[in-house]
Amino acid sequence: MSIMEYNGSAIMAMKGKNCVAIAADRRFGVQLMTLSTDFQKIFPVTEKVYLGLPGLATDVQTLAERFRFKVNMYKLREERDISPKTFAHMVSSTLYERRFGPFFCEPVIAGLEKDGTPFICSMDLLGCINHAKDFVVSGTASNQMYGTAEGLWEPELEPEDLFETISQAMLSAVDRDASSGWGVIVHVITPEKVITRTLKARMD
Amino acid sequence: MVNLSFLDMASEPSALEVPQDCMDTFSTDAAKSFAHPNFAVPSVSNPVEWIKHQMSEAAENRIKMAKGTTTLAFKFREGIIVAVDSRATGGTYIASQSVKKVIEINPYLLGTMAGGAADCSYWERELGRRCRVYELRNKERISVAAASKLLSNMVYAYKGMGLSMGTMITGWDKTGPALFYVDSDGQRLKGDLFSVGSGSTFAYGVLDAGYRFDLSVAEAIDLGRRAIYHATFRDAASGGVVNVYHIKQGGWEFISQTDVTELHYQYADEPKPALL
Repeated sequence: MSIMEYNGSAIMAMKGKNCVAIAADRRFGVQLMTLSTDFQKIFPVTEKVYLGLPGLATDVQTLAERFRFKVNMYKLREERDISPKTFAHMVSSTLYERRFGPFFCEPVIAGLEKDGTPFICSMDLLGCINHAKDFVVSGTASNQMYGTAEGLWEPELEPEDLFETISQAMLSAVDRDASSGWGVIVHVITPEKVITRTLKARMD
Repeated sequence: MVNLSFLDMASEPSALEVPQDCMDTFSTDAAKSFAHPNFAVPSVSNPVEWIKHQMSEAAENRIKMAKGTTTLAFKFREGIIVAVDSRATGGTYIASQSVKKVIEINPYLLGTMAGGAADCSYWERELGRRCRVYELRNKERISVAAASKLLSNMVYAYKGMGLSMGTMITGWDKTGPALFYVDSDGQRLKGDLFSVGSGSTFAYGVLDAGYRFDLSVAEAIDLGRRAIYHATFRDAASGGVVNVYHIKQGGWEFISQTDVTELHYQYADEPKPALL
């Protein structure tokens, strides 16, 4: 079994009309054994930027701390919040710094630019950025998520409709993956506020 | 002199071909219907080693099989409870959530399924046929001990060739309730409580904590269902629905099929029992 599948995870982000959504499963397991069902995989970077870290759990936590540090330093130096686009490049460089001994993590970033433009992207474990106009997925259930998101996503969704779309896409996807699931958390980022909900999911 | 030639399995024709021969000649050697069926064996010098390589991590086109499961069965005063999950996985992909892992061999024998789905369903079907032949010949039902031994001997003949099954053969015969564990390594054990599969350790935890011989039928059914539910929660390769069967004097009875999601929220609402 690949080290990327050791703990299990499923994360996706979607664009909507003046909003973005990011969702993750809540399982922390070791191969087939589920150890907890309230594991954090999405981390707020600023009020408008969220970072999803699927992959090896130890690297998820290391990277989350490293980006907290870097974003704090950025804010002190620049006296402003980091934009999602800039943050994406910060993540990319941080990963590429470990080109010859990578973090086993393929991040997903979702946020709103200063002017309210939705931004989503995903990355491979070396830091290669993938921009998308609709949605991005990452984790052990990525095949399943591509299927469900491809089938459910529509352009110009309002926040509540985007929430429904990403929720259904996640719930269906993780039901076909043994190593992710056990609950789903969804954040919808709008210019006014962030809507955060945990979903009632299958627990097997 | 007694004719013992039927013991020489290799020289016998396929059991699957027997019906044509014995249709017209009633006096056909009855032992033929107990011969092992003939399978195409890879035409290499050492099939056991060849198969071993094809199933190893190193093989280019590795043969992958559904393996995750939780099954359990236990004896108690009122008979035997059999409970199983219903998930089939290929690697971490969930191939099905609605597998029937209890195989109804005949009205008084049940077999459970863990390991290769095809191996379990094929050999337990073949076991069912042999049990019927036994019944016709002896005008008496086969004992669970004998039935489980038929299965164990059949799979032992293919030892090392990649068969994968961990099964429990249960039923009620003239000795009363009986429970045997049979696997593809050739192991056959008699016991009062077994759990088989990747989720078996979790099921044992619940089972051992709640088991008593004098459990009532309702309590025993609940214990079996609970043990499977907890296994589906902790074990990623188990899930779907819980199927429960009760074996009593007249034969087996199907008790229930419950989605584990329903059980999860039902159990979550229950007050937690005191530790001591």
